[in-house]
Amino acid sequence: MYSPAERPERRSGRLIWVWTVFVIVVIYLPVLCGFLASLNKSRYFLFPIRTYSLDWWQRTVESIEIAQLVKTSLLMAGIVTVVAVGIAFFGALAYARYDWRGRKTYQKIVLLPIFFPQPVLGLALLLWFNALGMQMSWKTAVFAHLVWIVPVVTLVMAIQMYSFDPALEEAAYDLGASRTQVLREVTLPILWPGIWSGGLFAFLLSWGNFPLSLYTTGADTAVPEWLYSKMVAGYTPMVPALGSMATIAAAVLMVVGGSVATVLRRRRAA
Amino acid sequence: MRTLSVGARCSLPVYALLVLGFIAPLLTVVAYSFATPRSFDAFRSFTFDNYRVIFDPANTVWMSFAWSLALAALVVAILTIVAYPIAYGLARTFGRWSSLISLFFVFPLFVSENIRLYGWVLFFIKGGVLDGSLKSLGLGGGPDVLFTFGATLFGMVYVYLPFMLFPITLGLSTVPRDLVEAGRDMGASRFQIWREIELPLAMPGILIGMLLTFVLAVGAVAEAKVLGGQSIIVITHDIEIAFTYAQNWPLGSALSVLLMIIVGALSMLGIGRLDLDRILGRR
Repeated sequence: MYSPAERPERRSGRLIWVWTVFVIVVIYLPVLCGFLASLNKSRYFLFPIRTYSLDWWQRTVESIEIAQLVKTSLLMAGIVTVVAVGIAFFGALAYARYDWRGRKTYQKIVLLPIFFPQPVLGLALLLWFNALGMQMSWKTAVFAHLVWIVPVVTLVMAIQMYSFDPALEEAAYDLGASRTQVLREVTLPILWPGIWSGGLFAFLLSWGNFPLSLYTTGADTAVPEWLYSKMVAGYTPMVPALGSMATIAAAVLMVVGGSVATVLRRRRAA
Repeated sequence: MRTLSVGARCSLPVYALLVLGFIAPLLTVVAYSFATPRSFDAFRSFTFDNYRVIFDPANTVWMSFAWSLALAALVVAILTIVAYPIAYGLARTFGRWSSLISLFFVFPLFVSENIRLYGWVLFFIKGGVLDGSLKSLGLGGGPDVLFTFGATLFGMVYVYLPFMLFPITLGLSTVPRDLVEAGRDMGASRFQIWREIELPLAMPGILIGMLLTFVLAVGAVAEAKVLGGQSIIVITHDIEIAFTYAQNWPLGSALSVLLMIIVGALSMLGIGRLDLDRILGRR
């Protein structure tokens, strides 16, 4: 059935599978460790766990301080998503849809904030806000997140826009549609899956971001910042508990959001 | 009056954001690096003192630079080998499983790195998951690896895997299958196909991955703090200390400028040569 030339191909294919599964297991091992630690009844983590309990989960949920953190993080991620999607939508059109002078340069400039260490970017923004005489708060952090997230979302949307056929737009123009009509009736519906996944990226990246928030939130605190401060000084099992909750929430959002994107794409294809 | 093209107009919001949120902050850092040491007189004073302090032979800050560069180089070398087979699988052999498997590699990006690194602390620490499991199996304790150079390196390899994996995958997917088939039909060995066809054609993607991983790793700090227990001090850690405990913003800025020069020079050199349309999928 298989020619001799193909047999080593299959063997290396199997090796690739084994390696990939191994790496995935390693990637999720620490997540699992955090989850285990959060289920430990006693104050200090010792493995194997003597008594499992959901006490720390309950305390975490009931904590007013943590509710405030979650509210701040959600608010930031929400605003970042809306603004980033708005800017990046046009950014992606310029990136992948239109041919214009200066596009090649623009494509490269967009990459620069991604190719930049975030802790340094956070500090640079701190100096800049300070020079402007601004007070650090969650609002300055939203701006900081945007500087990094808009380029990422632009790329995510641009990759999907490459497959967009401009002939559809042109056909609509030929039929006498105005520019707004074309945008609303032709361009947007086709690009929905890309916009949706861009928004999902924006929300989740903001939700999980630590290095930018660290320097730019001022007196406000986002979830990853609080976790870090407790890791460095004053471990409580609420750290792994909140960490696990944040992880699970992100996973649920990604799965639900990802399915919506798939449905949108199927509908487009139909 | 010449009006802007539609494409140029679409790029304006992004440009505005980058001018206000990227270029202006970096220029502020440059301005601060020339301010009087231990002052907040950016734009009002001009001195080379901060740079003089850094380049003073008695100052050991160059060691932090050396650590960061060495770590970044090691991370790139290890990750290229770790990620290449997975990228090959994603681009070629996984077929319909590809998107699900990519999701597994994307997801960690949405969990803040300190949560994931802390999971490793819980795994490796005395009385933690590894140590405890080995003990209950009667195999003695776990190895004492936490808070070492190796732990820092491991943490960085762990955190930056997706940044290497996805560019290589993009690179490998641009290799036309017909070309590989043609090579095989003409009797090329698998090594020859890899050397002569796959590797050169996938090179742009591989180089982006290496570059991205390198510049991010040079500026990394969480791994050395959480997993490395400050057994080595990386450059971003020195920068942070200058900004926080030492309250010496001009010195921290001068260090940042040097780091920015390394990162900026590499990025521009690398990004400048790319044809992004080809890599990202305009056919």
